[in-house]
Amino acid sequence: MAHIIENVSRRGVLKGLASTGGLIVAAQLLPRQSLAAAGDEGRAILWKTGADQMPNGVVTDPHVFVHIDPNGIVSIYAARAEMGTGSRTSLPMVVADELEADWSKVKVLQAPGDEKTYGNQDTDGSRSLRHFFQPMRQIGASARLMLEMAAAKQWGVDVGEVEARNHQVIHHGSGRQLGFGELAEAAAQLPTPQADKLRFKDPSSYRYIGTGSVSIVDLFDITTGRAHYGIDTRLPGMKYAVIAHPPVTGGKLVSFDPSEAMKVPGVEKVMEAKGWPWPSKFQPLGGVAVIARNTGAAIKGRDALKIVWEDGPNKVYDTETYRQQMQAAARQPGQVVRNDGDVDAAMKSAAKVITAEYYQPHFAHATMEPPAAVADVREGHAEIWACVQSPGGTRDDVAKTLDLAPEKVKVNVTLLGGGFGRKSKCDFVLEAALLSKELGVPVKVTWTREDDLQHDFYHTTSFERLEAALDQNQKVTGWRHRSVAPTILSTFKAGADHEFNIELGMGFVDLPFDIPNFRLENPAIAAHTRIGWFRSVSNVPHAFAVQSFIAELAHATGRDPKDMLLEIIGPPRVLDPRKFGEVKDFWNYGDPVETYPYDTGRMRHVIELAAEKAGWGRKLPPGHGLGIAGHRSFLTYVATVVEVAVDNKGRLTVPRVDTALDCGFHANPERIASQVEGGAVMGLTLAKYGAITFKEGRAQQKNFDGYQMVRMDDSPRVTNTYVVPATIDVPSSGVGEPPVPPFAPALCNAIFAATGKRIRNLPIGDQLST
Amino acid sequence: MITLRVNGQEQSFDGDPTLPLLWYLRDELGLTGSKYGCGVALCGACTVHMGGQAVRSCIVSLSDASGKDVTTIEGLDPQGNHAVQRAWRAVNVPQCGYCQAGQIMQAAALLSATPNPSTEQIHTAMAGNICRCGCYQRIEAAVRLAATGA
Repeated sequence: MAHIIENVSRRGVLKGLASTGGLIVAAQLLPRQSLAAAGDEGRAILWKTGADQMPNGVVTDPHVFVHIDPNGIVSIYAARAEMGTGSRTSLPMVVADELEADWSKVKVLQAPGDEKTYGNQDTDGSRSLRHFFQPMRQIGASARLMLEMAAAKQWGVDVGEVEARNHQVIHHGSGRQLGFGELAEAAAQLPTPQADKLRFKDPSSYRYIGTGSVSIVDLFDITTGRAHYGIDTRLPGMKYAVIAHPPVTGGKLVSFDPSEAMKVPGVEKVMEAKGWPWPSKFQPLGGVAVIARNTGAAIKGRDALKIVWEDGPNKVYDTETYRQQMQAAARQPGQVVRNDGDVDAAMKSAAKVITAEYYQPHFAHATMEPPAAVADVREGHAEIWACVQSPGGTRDDVAKTLDLAPEKVKVNVTLLGGGFGRKSKCDFVLEAALLSKELGVPVKVTWTREDDLQHDFYHTTSFERLEAALDQNQKVTGWRHRSVAPTILSTFKAGADHEFNIELGMGFVDLPFDIPNFRLENPAIAAHTRIGWFRSVSNVPHAFAVQSFIAELAHATGRDPKDMLLEIIGPPRVLDPRKFGEVKDFWNYGDPVETYPYDTGRMRHVIELAAEKAGWGRKLPPGHGLGIAGHRSFLTYVATVVEVAVDNKGRLTVPRVDTALDCGFHANPERIASQVEGGAVMGLTLAKYGAITFKEGRAQQKNFDGYQMVRMDDSPRVTNTYVVPATIDVPSSGVGEPPVPPFAPALCNAIFAATGKRIRNLPIGDQLST
Repeated sequence: MITLRVNGQEQSFDGDPTLPLLWYLRDELGLTGSKYGCGVALCGACTVHMGGQAVRSCIVSLSDASGKDVTTIEGLDPQGNHAVQRAWRAVNVPQCGYCQAGQIMQAAALLSATPNPSTEQIHTAMAGNICRCGCYQRIEAAVRLAATGA
């Protein structure tokens, strides 16, 4: 027990960030007045989310999530995967706060993949806090009430006379006290209280929620090398595998010669790895596996393999040709996905029509920890250790692939060295499971960086064509936008060639613009590689095109870009995108429109806030420029102002970023700031360097020389984050993804302000030096 | 037979002398704090100290490490309280944390050679370490904090 206490006592409380930019919360959280009123504080559901519509929904049983040791240590299960957003800290912190637990006596345990027990675990879509803040609050309140009931019973008093406070329960009348540990056993015997019997803390008495004072639970382990990622798992007798995959999506193994590979010291076996035809959701690509005593030997063995592949039809995939095909598609009418008014008439009667086309290539996720997993399959049972975003989905896919019942599969969730959507797809886990089954020993499969960049589930590539009709008064009267992009659906279903409701709902059909004639089209395009979701997904190309185009309209009409953006958004109003013309099956990120409508007032507010904080319109040194963009994604409103500096050789740097974000009520503003800071770096990386290109069906980038990342010396010098304060009655929305989409257009708008050069094709590359 | 010292302990290995030090540390010794990120010295996740210098263990062969003193993140400080580690915690630097061992080893080597680095010196020293989560602003602040004696 001493060991546990020592471990948890390291979980310090931050003494204030020593960061150069950092987080600025515009005001303190104010408690909602009505919440303190009698009757209202018992509400477990303050706002309805889509959480219970997700597979396996929500579990709020404190017996599942909270365990209290007689020594007072409170263990709280984190059921979501930790990939860097901080949810493994923030969700247990919500439980602890509502429970009145002392955070220094809290231990966080990671739940295995088991959605029947823990509820939905698919860590994706910026959902963790938005869907689970309320359930965690309810779990904390339930566990607290159980401790209070146990104490009241022991003292023979009414439960109304006792109160849990800072890890103990006190009796108001007598001043008697009992620690949580002393009450643990009795409390654990009690049934889970009904939700309507719960009393919730007044937000003004939160110790941790909203304060940003709690450091991440893995901080000590991360800084000492003890943190455990998927790639770090080691089991007795484990073999190390790397796999040579077909270079072209859908390609097949014809033959291989293992003789040279077998000569490499440490290589023990070379064998075929089972593959599935494309598309097959997340099933493995197949190829040739090299099994060795360590990863280095396996890699060297793979380098020595001689393999004959059959490339199949996707050998035609060529980035330049495909770009031309997308452009041709965007110049023809396509499937209409929204239609307000009469765009053709508006275009015909326009005083002026402005047209622009924007292009964005594929991106690879490039998580710093590449896909890696360990499987131990034997005697009709499989145990997995893996860095997966969807442990429940992984369990089901492993079970199906090995023909086992899900109950015979245990998925242990490690930390994820980055996720960004890549680790939602468990192909690498299935590879380990299949090899372990065949070899009868535990196997670790490690993807090298080359595997990762050349066989990803890539972020879509897109071609966006926009046209605006301007009347005599320079007002936009018509808007036509055609978005052409291979769809994620093509990874699940052969031949899918239109964006589906989830992609269309990401900053496209939901655009709230105050333009009477508004038409959105989605021409068809077939995919030739595995398309997957990447942080922010279709919001990235949609926001890049739309927010760049608005700045172009500002320039064309001699307006200030911020004023133009606000004019196009129009006055504050609350909108239901399902009522826009011909919008079918509006997804709204899986959450009810009634809880999360499109509120243009909130969008306007973050734009004005970011502009004000950034000193919009301030005098800048020569070669500097400011650009602005605002975008709602994952139900959160974000606006970013980028200051860029471009020198006379065309080299760009980013001296400053100011981002305002309104995500409703929030638990951990300090981690929101870290997501915004990181979102700026990722946004800069994709704008400046992001491109996976194909020739003869093969991805051309092999490592971080060809697929570059922003490094410290070219990262934004300062990123300031302004989180709009919100009381608990304002529904929480997503944070992990929303900082990314506005960055690239704000940057390119800043480049235009600085240089007069308009970037319409990503990445920026050397376009500024030519 | 190759012999070397890792975190003060004598080790010997009779396998392939061309094996990269990274895989020896991780897979043979079980010191998994040093991370694989690229295998070709482009990302810095595998950074360790050899003879007091920061090196990318993914391109150092065991024969190159023969007879050398190697320090990994696990051996940087017996209690995990090196000034750089403390500064990292004070600033709550990490997001996913995967690259941070390499970042910390790189920063520790920088400060050992240059106790009060300029911004440019910090950038030059740290530019070889990629953080895909984008924690650079905090990494830079933590290096500065460590330099001033956190």
